Amino acid sequence: MTTASILPEGWELIVGLEVHVELTTTTKMWCGCSTDFGAAPNTNVCAVCTGQPGSLPVANARAIEDATLLGLALNGGIHGRCWFHRKNYFYPDLAKNYQISQYDVPLVHDGHLDVEVEVADGAFETRRVGIERLHMEEDTARSLHVGDTGRLHGADRSLIDYNRCGIPLLEIVSHPDIRDPETAQAYLRELQAIVRAVGVSDARMEEGSMRCDANVSVRRFGEPLGTRCEIKNLNSVRSLGRAIAYEAQRQVVLLEDGVAIRQETRHWDEGKGVTETLRVKETVTDYRYFPDPDLVAVVSPAERVEEVRARLPELPAAARARLVAAGLSPAQAVTVVGGGSLTVLDDAIAAGADPSTAANRLTGEVAGQLGAEGITLEESGLTGAHLAELEGLVADGTLSTKLAKQVLASVIDGRGAHGPKQVAETEGLQQVSDEGELRAIVEQVVADNAGTVAAIRGGNDKAIGALVGQVMKATRGQADPRKTNELLRAVIHG
Amino acid sequence: MADPTPPTPPTSTTPPATDAAGGSAADGALTRSTAVALAARLRRGEVSAREVVDAHLDRIAALDGVVADGPVWAAKAAEELTADDVHAYLAVTADAARAHADDVDRRRAAGEELGPLAGVPLALKDVLTMRGAPTTCGSRMLEDWVPPYDATVTRRLRDADVVVLGKTNMDEYAMGSSTENSAYGPTRNPWDLDRVPGGSSGGSAAAVAGLLAPLAIGTDTGGSIRQPAALTGLVGAKPTYGTVSRYGLVAFASSLDQAGPFARTVEDAAQLQALIQGHDPRDSTSVREEVPDLLAHLRDGIDGLRIGVVTELQGEGYEPGIAATFEASLERFERLGATIVEVSLPHAPYGLPAYYLIAPSEASSNLARFDGVRYGLRVDAPTAEEMNAATRAAGFGPEVKRRIMIGTHALSSGYYDAYYLQASKVRTLIARDFAAAFETADVLVSPTSPSVSFGLGTKTADPIAMYLNDVATVPASLAGNPALSLPAGLAEAPDAPGTQLPVGLQLMAPLLRDDLMYRVAWAFEQDLGFDPVPTGPRAVEVAR
Repeated sequence: MTTASILPEGWELIVGLEVHVELTTTTKMWCGCSTDFGAAPNTNVCAVCTGQPGSLPVANARAIEDATLLGLALNGGIHGRCWFHRKNYFYPDLAKNYQISQYDVPLVHDGHLDVEVEVADGAFETRRVGIERLHMEEDTARSLHVGDTGRLHGADRSLIDYNRCGIPLLEIVSHPDIRDPETAQAYLRELQAIVRAVGVSDARMEEGSMRCDANVSVRRFGEPLGTRCEIKNLNSVRSLGRAIAYEAQRQVVLLEDGVAIRQETRHWDEGKGVTETLRVKETVTDYRYFPDPDLVAVVSPAERVEEVRARLPELPAAARARLVAAGLSPAQAVTVVGGGSLTVLDDAIAAGADPSTAANRLTGEVAGQLGAEGITLEESGLTGAHLAELEGLVADGTLSTKLAKQVLASVIDGRGAHGPKQVAETEGLQQVSDEGELRAIVEQVVADNAGTVAAIRGGNDKAIGALVGQVMKATRGQADPRKTNELLRAVIHG
Repeated sequence: MADPTPPTPPTSTTPPATDAAGGSAADGALTRSTAVALAARLRRGEVSAREVVDAHLDRIAALDGVVADGPVWAAKAAEELTADDVHAYLAVTADAARAHADDVDRRRAAGEELGPLAGVPLALKDVLTMRGAPTTCGSRMLEDWVPPYDATVTRRLRDADVVVLGKTNMDEYAMGSSTENSAYGPTRNPWDLDRVPGGSSGGSAAAVAGLLAPLAIGTDTGGSIRQPAALTGLVGAKPTYGTVSRYGLVAFASSLDQAGPFARTVEDAAQLQALIQGHDPRDSTSVREEVPDLLAHLRDGIDGLRIGVVTELQGEGYEPGIAATFEASLERFERLGATIVEVSLPHAPYGLPAYYLIAPSEASSNLARFDGVRYGLRVDAPTAEEMNAATRAAGFGPEVKRRIMIGTHALSSGYYDAYYLQASKVRTLIARDFAAAFETADVLVSPTSPSVSFGLGTKTADPIAMYLNDVATVPASLAGNPALSLPAGLAEAPDAPGTQLPVGLQLMAPLLRDDLMYRVAWAFEQDLGFDPVPTGPRAVEVAR
């Protein structure tokens, strides 16, 4: 799915992304209320975040520091002085009917991200996407419209949960530098990885702690920028790619028919795979921005910025480079760093595991099991030490590859309470490679299957597989397959 | 003045201890007393806090136009109020006040160390939140809204054991200069019940002037404490912006709003301001710098101080009686040993138009939250948008709507630069003017208001005439400087020969020098000997 494949010859796709990230500070942006996700409706609320008359906001210093940290991770500059503005508009989920945001001077300006885009199977190309700004604002409440359309207009009743109202939110606006869906997806993934690496948000799109809107337009090469449409309701990286591709094709079809593009906000329908008109921007909404007189300037002296910069952890790009140098494939490195398993992998390598083998386990069977159970790696209790231990058990022949998988699954089932060695012991999962023990079982199987043995002796070598299966059954899968084969042949052919 | 004036008792009488034993004469004495004198008698055990509260409740029940019934007394409905009802209070928290007074008495009897004004009653402007009673802001919009929290000012008063008697009337959302914009009917001036007490803190002013409370808290955005203080013969101060927390002050114009004291003497006002000021982490605009002790040098006199007369805040537009009183005040300062210097605030003439853009701009945003969704009035309609509109149409009065429209327009794209931004620049220039003026003068003076109290209804049809009341008070508001009004004498009402009404003198001080402002005011007050108890044919009834 590249530009060349989604648009007819001569057309160029232009995409800019606006990404919102909810910070995981313990308290809200302007008050001391908890930011816990999933609390009973309207329990994490106070006079401030419900906009009670007379209440006043006080900026969360931690949120400003987190925003600074992320801004630096995105290679941005930090304004020494910036302000909060009020964005005025009426909406029931906005407790004050204005949102405290930033306007002409955001906290962070002029950043960029270098993203790895897979251009061919396993081959990656680095592309730079400019970041215009990162600014701080507050999240709105959550509305639930009951009855009829399920949207505000036409609903019988609307319920509002103010728990989310006032949670610190960052808006990261890219330049319209993106020319294909893959780069947009890579940018979003990379941003997500950076947000997680600096630890300012869990950046979960499905929970809404990371949200993405795409501004999409098309033009014939060399022409001025076309009219753009803003696409909302993109709930995954996959949706983003699909929606951009659909929208670009929709616009080209219209333009080729001589129909002008209307500037509008469109809703991505994941089920139907189409974008639909949400609202038409006939006039530019006048938000009457002005400096919020309840708040003072955010001052970031250069020395404080440098203190924050010193706290920057290893960023995903650097981590990927390091892993590739350690023997991982670029694709594997992207998966490990993007999938949040870097810490565990690093621990495993530190404990003596082979980087590539440990990475294979993490991106393969571990990822599969976590996905099936719907838990995170952290919740699984699996550690790097576990992976190293597991590898040791395979290396010394205690476990077969197959048994290793079983042991790993059991470690995760127990949420890491017991390590691989202990699990293998308690569940009796060690490989039976003791020759005496195995020979006794093999002899019994040979004695019990005279017909098959005769066939093998008669030249049907393939029939030996059935006997291997019998041995495996008798040892509950713990027999070393290679050894079993050898012993069977030795006993049969005498 | 060769020597600092020796301490003299405040002019308002401290009754002899023998009067404390009840009866109407004694009650009269209790309600005429200054706060400081009451506090002294309470400390000495000559009178109980409960007796003081009861004396005030009795007077409120008799004169204010309340339904004195139940734990919280409500004001009579606007149409039931008579021309003799002061209508200073919207709600009187009688039970809570008595309980608090009893508690103070109990703790005092137990030997507990109490604050300097412990047991002294106070009236609180209905724009500051207090649990247990509605905070209406003078609006239908918040008729039944009982706040879930106390304002910082309210909490500090309670912590200091100042006993809140009730919530006072005001222009709706503090927008007005006469208290006629209240949705609950106008407050009357205790000096002449057919005239206005000024505004927007008219209820607080009338409570103190009418001897219905010895102290009150008002809020001042462009003069809303100083102008009513001038019109009712009181001391009223707007502290340096940021020294009194705005947490729990329902915002009109956030960058200008500041709560401050009303009292019948300078010392009372200084005592009260000292209790409510100080840094509050709940208010981002609260300053961390300490204001010098307001009382330590109160009696130091003004010998050698330079009093700056602001060229732009006098002359045309000021009533002859105001101008004459101002001239006499300058002579008084000279007699007290100060030097009069002429200073200029060149941009002050642009203060009023700048103020009437900045304040409505902020108000248009601040008042957006009153939409019927979370609290206050809700007028049901088929859609959320229509419900918002219907609620706001029914809940806001005409002046509030006017200012929301002005402010919305001033902030609109295409007009922002010409209006809001330009006004903000004027504001910066005025602040610089003040800073420059304080290089040649220690404090600045001007008349507080261009006129004495005017008749009810005489300016309501003309918003511009009403706005002109603020011409002398808005410059200090825009610059953030502390400013105070104190009585300068009486002058004849131009529309009623023979009727003498209070005239205010405005003092303005450098930022955070509220102490200097009080020191100058005290010296002036002692020399003038103004009696703050209202007199005149239509004055509120006073037991003498």
